[in-house]
Amino acid sequence: MRAVPLSYVARNLRVRRVTAALTALGMALVVYVFATVLMMSEGIRVTLVATGQPDNVVVLRKGAGAEINSVISREQAAIVASLPGIATDALGRRLASSEPVALNNLPKRGSGKPSNVTVRGTSEIGLELRPQVRLTSGRMFRVGTSEIVAGRSIAEGFAGVGLGETLRFAGREWTVVGVLDGGGSGFDSEIWGDAEQMMQAFRRRAFSTIVFRLADESGFERMRALIDADPRLGVEAKPEIRFYAEQSEALATFISILGTVLSVIFSIGAIVGAMITMFAAVAQRVAEIGTLRAIGFRRGAVLVAFLAEALLLSLAGGVVGLAAASLMQVVSVSTTNFQTFSELAFRFTMTPSIAAQTLAFALLMGLAGGFIPAWRAARLSIVDCLRQA
Amino acid sequence: MNAGRNLAAAAPLIRIRALSRAYRRGTQTIPVLQGVDLDVQRAEFIALMGPSGSGKSTLLNLIAGIDKPDGGRIEIAGVDIAQLGEGELADWRAAHVGFIFQFYNLLPVLSAAENVELPLLLAPLTRRERHEHVASALAMVRLTDRADHYPNELSGGQQQRVAIARALVTDPQLIVADEPTGDLDRVTGAEILALLGDLHRRLGKTIVMVTHDPKAAACAERLVHLEKGVLVDGPAAGGH
Repeated sequence: MRAVPLSYVARNLRVRRVTAALTALGMALVVYVFATVLMMSEGIRVTLVATGQPDNVVVLRKGAGAEINSVISREQAAIVASLPGIATDALGRRLASSEPVALNNLPKRGSGKPSNVTVRGTSEIGLELRPQVRLTSGRMFRVGTSEIVAGRSIAEGFAGVGLGETLRFAGREWTVVGVLDGGGSGFDSEIWGDAEQMMQAFRRRAFSTIVFRLADESGFERMRALIDADPRLGVEAKPEIRFYAEQSEALATFISILGTVLSVIFSIGAIVGAMITMFAAVAQRVAEIGTLRAIGFRRGAVLVAFLAEALLLSLAGGVVGLAAASLMQVVSVSTTNFQTFSELAFRFTMTPSIAAQTLAFALLMGLAGGFIPAWRAARLSIVDCLRQA
Repeated sequence: MNAGRNLAAAAPLIRIRALSRAYRRGTQTIPVLQGVDLDVQRAEFIALMGPSGSGKSTLLNLIAGIDKPDGGRIEIAGVDIAQLGEGELADWRAAHVGFIFQFYNLLPVLSAAENVELPLLLAPLTRRERHEHVASALAMVRLTDRADHYPNELSGGQQQRVAIARALVTDPQLIVADEPTGDLDRVTGAEILALLGDLHRRLGKTIVMVTHDPKAAACAERLVHLEKGVLVDGPAAGGH
């Protein structure tokens, strides 16, 4: 079947540019919502996955799921830390960090609304285990003091956590002596202090988690077997990357389901808009349809021409919406990860897969909005069309 | 060989027998054509005349293959087009019929040359061949210098000449024209008719034209009168 030339299709959109632009804009808005939701969900995933290191292992109490639910006694921590297969640093220290993790309710800057912030007790080794974390200003906390360092987005987003400020929690005044850059990881949303000081302040006798580095990245299964086999432990070990990926799963899935449902509801509006525009286009061009058909173009060619017009319209909307959504990549937002009950800062993240899904969504809207008008155009009788000339 | 050629020459291009067409309006059936018999010879120029509602446009639509009869036969060059399926009929129109409409029916978003090229897109031609055909069709209607103009940049007469070029460009056997001068002033209309007559004589096209205008009808070789869906004998055209 010979097709009506694409130039005819494209130029008709140009002729009706105001209507076409408004319709495309409606679609662009829906596409924008759709894309940003996917980018948000991806951003959370990327942030939490970036938090893990490939050769690090996280140890939690069996079934704890999240660090704050986990309890690991000093004895258990000592056993884990002494297991063979843990890497050592240049000074010969074993790269294992036993850490208490607590939630602390702090007011946000500006709104004063309280939100949970993860407070982690760690050590020099803890810092060594997370090479993506860097001090951007100030200095590291000193061992044995009430000094803390704050992740970048906590320092910016919460009151009293800026460099040099003091804040009160767990019955003490804490001084912020440094700001951390977690390199886009979940550590951007944490406060770190000396593990022993945190234990005392929070009146804890046990740690929450142990993080250690494998001497050999492929040695995880052997290490897990050792841990599982020891009846004194009752803990489970997970590669750090998988641990953080699981932390992001529920929130990322929730956001993408919610967003997709919203986008689909909004898209009904955009589809109806496209349908009205395309019906108007058909009504305006009845004589042209009759002429094309009389000349010898088949019904299918007319159907394809109008469908192509709707698809072109939705593609334009898709590209505009996608471009606007990509601008969101400069925005960093934070929300509560309900799996860890704590604040998590992340960036909207665009990926080729999101771009492809978004454009496919836009084209699907065009197809849904364009099909009935195009079908109607193709079903018109030539004589009726020409009579309206 | 000679006999064969004579036979071919003698056979009419269009042979219509017992053609009928009715429209349904609600429960009512309104007959438009009732048992029409008509032969049109090759290279003949006929004018269909008759009052409004006489069925002349319906007859033209049936001959052009854009409408289907309720009964009877329409053989064109030996093919009963009433029997063709919709797709086949579309292909048949693309290959055999050139259309000229009262309101030119050019596509406003395409230039004159692109409008003329449109029917060629349905033929197996290269881009270069298409452009050659378009150039010669535009030259035939003396609009070479307006090839890149859009319909709204052309006068009515020029637009109708573009439409004539579009009708001619595929070199069809049959050209159907529905009131080709109906939207033009007298002088321009006369020019278009002169052009049609000229093309008919030079290219030997069979032209079937519907018109109200006796002056237009006078350009044809034969007049066919319709009244209430039936052919009536009319005066022979002066013609050329």
